[in-house]
Amino acid sequence: MEHKDTRSGFGAGLTELGRTNNNVVALCADLTGSLKMDEFKKENPSRFLQIGIAEANMMSIAAGLTIGGKIPFTGTFANFSTGRVYDQIRQSIAYSNKNVKICASHAGLTLGEDGATHQILEDIGLMKMLPNMVVINTCDYNQTKAATIAISNHVGPVYLRFGRPKVPNFTDNNQIFKIGEAINMKEGTDVSIFATGHLVWESLVAAEELTKFGISAEVINIHTIKPLDTKTILDSIRKTKCAVTAEEHMLNGGLGDSIAQYLSTTLPTPIEMIGVNDTFGESGTPRDLMIKYGLSSDNIIESARKVISRK
Amino acid sequence: MKNIKELENIVQQVRRDILRMVHANNSGHPGGSLGCAEFLTALYFRIMKHNTAFKMDGIGEDLFFLSNGHISPVFYSVLSRIGYFDIKELSSFRKINSRLQGHPTPYEGLEGVRMASGSLGQGLSVSIGAAITKKLNNDPNIVYTLHGDGELQEGQVWEALMYASANKVDNLIVTIDYNKKQIDGSLEDVLTIGNLSKKLEAFDWIVLEEKNGNNIASVIDILELAISKTKKQKPVAIILHTEMGNGVDFMMGTHKWHGSAPNDDQLEIALSQNTETLGDY
Repeated sequence: MEHKDTRSGFGAGLTELGRTNNNVVALCADLTGSLKMDEFKKENPSRFLQIGIAEANMMSIAAGLTIGGKIPFTGTFANFSTGRVYDQIRQSIAYSNKNVKICASHAGLTLGEDGATHQILEDIGLMKMLPNMVVINTCDYNQTKAATIAISNHVGPVYLRFGRPKVPNFTDNNQIFKIGEAINMKEGTDVSIFATGHLVWESLVAAEELTKFGISAEVINIHTIKPLDTKTILDSIRKTKCAVTAEEHMLNGGLGDSIAQYLSTTLPTPIEMIGVNDTFGESGTPRDLMIKYGLSSDNIIESARKVISRK
Repeated sequence: MKNIKELENIVQQVRRDILRMVHANNSGHPGGSLGCAEFLTALYFRIMKHNTAFKMDGIGEDLFFLSNGHISPVFYSVLSRIGYFDIKELSSFRKINSRLQGHPTPYEGLEGVRMASGSLGQGLSVSIGAAITKKLNNDPNIVYTLHGDGELQEGQVWEALMYASANKVDNLIVTIDYNKKQIDGSLEDVLTIGNLSKKLEAFDWIVLEEKNGNNIASVIDILELAISKTKKQKPVAIILHTEMGNGVDFMMGTHKWHGSAPNDDQLEIALSQNTETLGDY
């Protein structure tokens, strides 16, 4: 299995957009290399804005760029893309309904050694609470590239979340990304695993292991957290009657929270949730952190067995 | 083109609109609104090339962004008086189901408003973005903004000031409403901004200053001078000295009318000092 970083998928998608859409403009706050925006910058110098270390300014400039038809893509770490600039996004992008694409790398614990100052685990919650905002968390390189291209065709604000480490690149390299359409990665009948981002791969590993216990798990890739594909979720739950949610994010405000809110008001269902439970992260390797904070395939297996017993 | 007398009549009616809108809700910000009546009237009725058949993209026209959104009454009054929407709609200001929100927003579809403002310090960055898009589109028109002086206490403004000069955003005219007052008192007492002109010059801006910001002829002159300074590789700033509460004697010389509405008796006195010129809404 080839391993690639999702941020490079963003860079590749942006490079392609630079060649195909003259209205695409990219902005970066002194992290061009980390966001893999070098190629776009080289090929489109007049459409690349180096803002410096001034993320608030970057978000509001992006909002202004839309007036006259440009499609700005901002690039910085997820922490500086959301928490640091929440008010700018809220007023100038979401409330003003501007066509800005907020592209956020190094999300979650797998940023690794830099530690909790940079490991935002609240960004999905912050973004999904904003009216008008589309929230996407992609699982691998290919999907991130496809999503980057797809969001340029959506008119309105989008938050696109991806990560730093190299992870398995397992989805189709010719996929067409459809905002708001969850993908059934593996059909099953005993439990539905709804996963987003890096946890999709962990869920597939878990599902494979679960067959050894005679458990048939369905794995659904919820790349779009908002708008949530409630039809796919409901169809799966009608079959399996229980769910595990899995994400590299705080439990409060994350994907599991959205699914639980939907199911509890539509079809009350036993749910177990994989995510970070009301704590900050810390320095460490991505793998060590995923294990320590309970985000590995082993945790998903355990949760699946538990939730089946609750049916 | 309207002459000075005609423009002064508009300003007087705008002042009446501001006072009546704020009084009708017992809420809103009359002080700064009154202080900027000449500026916005000059801008929309004389200076800017703009189209009241509103298009969000603003391609081929000048743009204006109000960064200090709390002075929405003057903005709404001028937009309606020049024809972006019916003046009757001014009566809906701050009421339920209105497009005239307490602070301006495009969210409710009000013609003439391209960006929400209210949370301070964002408008300069927004206008830089719009100005850069004009350059990318080879659109020779100019982007105008207005900011409160107290607003300069927001750090983002200085990020934007630094960016605009470093990147030669020279199709931009930024006006600072220099009334030296904010909610809690004088700028001097709350947090002085020091020598503003020198600070802006140190940030490599072309800096113009107008002491008579409530004289419409002077406002037109300084704006025309500012236009002549654009497209010279530097952004242009105007420090516009104004009087908070201008045109109503008991509202001048104090910060207390920043965000307070007049009562019935006060309104009557204020309106008697600003008689109807174009007909009330």
